Amino acid sequence: MGNALIYLTLIAYFGATALWLGFFLAQRENLCRGGVWLLGVGLGFHTLELTYRTWAGGYLPVATLGQTLLVSAWALVAAFLFLYWRSPIKVLGALTAPLAALMVSGTLILPAQQDAVSPLLQSLWLTVHISLALLGNAALTLAFLGGIFYLVQERQLKSKNFGFFYRRLPSLEQLDALNYWCLTIGFPLLTGGIISGSLYAQHTLGSFWRWDPKEVLTLFAWLIYAVLLHERLAVGWRGRRAALLAICGFVVLVIAFVGANLWFSGYHSFASFLKQP
Amino acid sequence: MNLVILGLNHKTAPVALREKLAGLLTDLPGAYQALKVRPEFLELLLYSTCNRVESLCATEEPDGAIGQLRAFFAGQSEISPSELAASLYVHRDRDAVAHLFRVASSLDSLVVGEPQILGQIKEAYRQATRNRATGPILNRLLHKTFSVAKRVRRETGIGDHAVSISYAAVTLGRKIFGSLAGKTAVLVGAGEMGELALEHLKSDGVGRIIIANRTLERGLLLAQRFGGEAVSLEELPDQLLSADIIISSTGSPQHLLTREQVKGVMRRRKHKPLFFIDIAVPRDLDPAINDLDNVYLYNIDDLKEVVEFNWQRRHREAAKAERLVAGETLKFLNWLETLAVYPTIISLKEKAERICEAELDKTLKQLGPLTEEQRQILEVLTQSITQKLLHDPIVFLKGNHHPQRPHRDLHLVRRLFNLDPDREAALTEEE
Repeated sequence: MGNALIYLTLIAYFGATALWLGFFLAQRENLCRGGVWLLGVGLGFHTLELTYRTWAGGYLPVATLGQTLLVSAWALVAAFLFLYWRSPIKVLGALTAPLAALMVSGTLILPAQQDAVSPLLQSLWLTVHISLALLGNAALTLAFLGGIFYLVQERQLKSKNFGFFYRRLPSLEQLDALNYWCLTIGFPLLTGGIISGSLYAQHTLGSFWRWDPKEVLTLFAWLIYAVLLHERLAVGWRGRRAALLAICGFVVLVIAFVGANLWFSGYHSFASFLKQP
Repeated sequence: MNLVILGLNHKTAPVALREKLAGLLTDLPGAYQALKVRPEFLELLLYSTCNRVESLCATEEPDGAIGQLRAFFAGQSEISPSELAASLYVHRDRDAVAHLFRVASSLDSLVVGEPQILGQIKEAYRQATRNRATGPILNRLLHKTFSVAKRVRRETGIGDHAVSISYAAVTLGRKIFGSLAGKTAVLVGAGEMGELALEHLKSDGVGRIIIANRTLERGLLLAQRFGGEAVSLEELPDQLLSADIIISSTGSPQHLLTREQVKGVMRRRKHKPLFFIDIAVPRDLDPAINDLDNVYLYNIDDLKEVVEFNWQRRHREAAKAERLVAGETLKFLNWLETLAVYPTIISLKEKAERICEAELDKTLKQLGPLTEEQRQILEVLTQSITQKLLHDPIVFLKGNHHPQRPHRDLHLVRRLFNLDPDREAALTEEE
């Protein structure tokens, strides 16, 4: 049952990708509507799949990189659909849908969980920590994707190249508003994720902060976003600089998310989740 | 059934001639009254726009109809017949349908892709129906025309691209600000192009308008016209604090604003985007201003490039639209030709009915007295035999197997069933 649902999710996301790329090229309104619809259907399957896994395992499935990708993809699609409902930036789907499809593919390609899971992962506190962090990541991912569009569109306007991208991308103002919106939602979520994590660490491991590579990198990303938010509010930074910082912050987050598990070792790496302590 | 379009447009006639002919159509009910009485016109539609005057009719006698329409156009006494004859064009059947589709889709317009023409044709059609001048053929043709024009607009990018400098400025503004509503525009200097751009911006929702001019009097005059405020040229740097869009078109020989000036303002205005349009020659604004973050500067050449580029795109899209029109024309002609077979189908059925009745009469006389029920059975029998026999020829006729020579099948069937005995006799005599 589990596998059927994940394949249905994947098919829906790839279908949505095709529709959205079609929309980007042909600029037909109904392709975009179809894309949203299909993404919504995919999210439905995705939710069922995650519910099933959580119910079957008794904890949020984040013990391997593959599982975590599945949860992250869910957060990304949910955040995108929420954003689309609030203030639709249609072309954003042309990046979000393929990214979600690739993340779910990653879940299928990466090795599934073999060993028993550390009891540390089975606490409700940890579910809160991870949910906040991943939802924050999702919002900041959208800020990153919007930032890419902003830089491309700004380049077109500055170089007076009114061609392919100029016509298809939304206005700078909209993209900048997206940056701000995602930042004001993603940053508090990320902060909440860090705080809940450190409280849990104090509770179970006896210290708030252990200089684990993932902790350090996430703190670094958090600082970048903090600077961006502060400068936006205080000095009125916007546009290119805001887009660049959102991209930098996201790159650090990705290194923290993937790299800290693959290249560095610490108690946050997936390998340690599976060993019995 | 034939369709004929007779008329002239901006390509064939100078504006003076078009004006005079458009005068003919100011009294539309009168014009329809005068033409409708002519037996040549089964259905009629007259339409004129600033660039064309045309008449469309459905007729069984195309040559007679063309003659009548020519006479109608020449009715304007001030027009010299030779000039008129040289400007008029005639399109028949397929060409007429294609022409109407092209006109309504704005492919035949002076500014290809301009959106007004469809509304004008719709209004003309409304007038024609009010004067009871159209019938089943033109009704169907016009409704098809509207849907073709809408498809062209929807499926090709023919109307998408700004093709005037001032409109190009507006579309650029939209790409920077999203919406121009509530933005502040400053016009520096006066001049036709600057004012035109300001008008476009205003109709797009720009909230506040400021005119900065060397002579305050002229500035005040313009401010009154646009419902804005006037300031002196010296105040321009201060105005940058609240402005979003600045159109500059002064005759100043040196730069009005330098990069440093604008850079200083940007921090104070919290880096809100600034959009400069420099349409002055020599340029009013330091080109280096464009290097600043959140500042976008375009000069007249940049805008011209947008316009030029968009023209090319529009013409490419027009080629797509032409293909669409050609396909739809064929579809309509097919329908029109199936229309032509209906009289034949009716006379086929009538002939069959006549034969049935005659044979039934004869048989009933021979059989002697029958019950009512038996009579009915015999009637049903004859009817179903003829119906089944005629079914295939009728399907064959409606099928329209030779779109290139639509009348071939028709003539074949008419001869096969001897539906025109007089004509047949005439043909044999000729032989």
